[in-house]
Amino acid sequence: MSDILIIFRKPPVGTSWAREALDLALVGAAFGQKVSLLFMGDGVFQLAQNQQPDAVGQKGTQAMMQALSMYDIDDIYVHNDSLDTRGMAADQLNIDCQPITSKALPGLLQQHKQVFNF
Amino acid sequence: MKYSIAVYGGPYSHQATHTAFHFAQAVLDKGHEIQRVFFYHDGIYNGSALVAPPQDEANLPQQWQQLAEKNGVELVVCIAAAVRRGLLDENEAKRYSKPGSNLEQGYQLSGLGQLVDAGLECDRLVSFGP
Repeated sequence: MSDILIIFRKPPVGTSWAREALDLALVGAAFGQKVSLLFMGDGVFQLAQNQQPDAVGQKGTQAMMQALSMYDIDDIYVHNDSLDTRGMAADQLNIDCQPITSKALPGLLQQHKQVFNF
Repeated sequence: MKYSIAVYGGPYSHQATHTAFHFAQAVLDKGHEIQRVFFYHDGIYNGSALVAPPQDEANLPQQWQQLAEKNGVELVVCIAAAVRRGLLDENEAKRYSKPGSNLEQGYQLSGLGQLVDAGLECDRLVSFGP
């Protein structure tokens, strides 16, 4: 059973949710917790390639995402249906993710002691 | 049971803070313990000493402060989220050469690790956000 699951449901720019959720993931890992990430809803936009957040004066999350493996955050899930409805494909993302079906979501949540939902 | 509460919503912008406060009262009324309330994202504005609502509206920073004082609850504000939004204690005001500090008494600035710690230490961590 993993320790912490962080669910990302917000896009990378527009609000600070994505960045602040990612901060929590990194801090959790730095505290020795096994952290998993789940991207769903508009959160899957954080996985889009070639983002240009600086065009709207934002930092975005891309740079932080590249650092995830340094924090041993390797269990990264993306919700299939959320990708489909947004015209995105699991093999065209900016980091490696495991696609997960709606049916498998409850099981994923149950595998974690704590769930943070952003 | 030992609880902690995470608040992500700003007072006077979202119901989250009010709901979190009512939940905290209910938890204590039932005889449980609250170890910590952690303020993150826009929730950090709950720690502002400069909040000045109209007289017929609740002063949430003060209500949290009273609840915490009476029941031995820690009020912890994420330092990174607070400082970038202009909520500073005396140390941070000095560090960034700002003209004043505005963290309400009874609150403390600390790291996000306190939220992780609350999740580990408590039987329940319940979060309230917009």
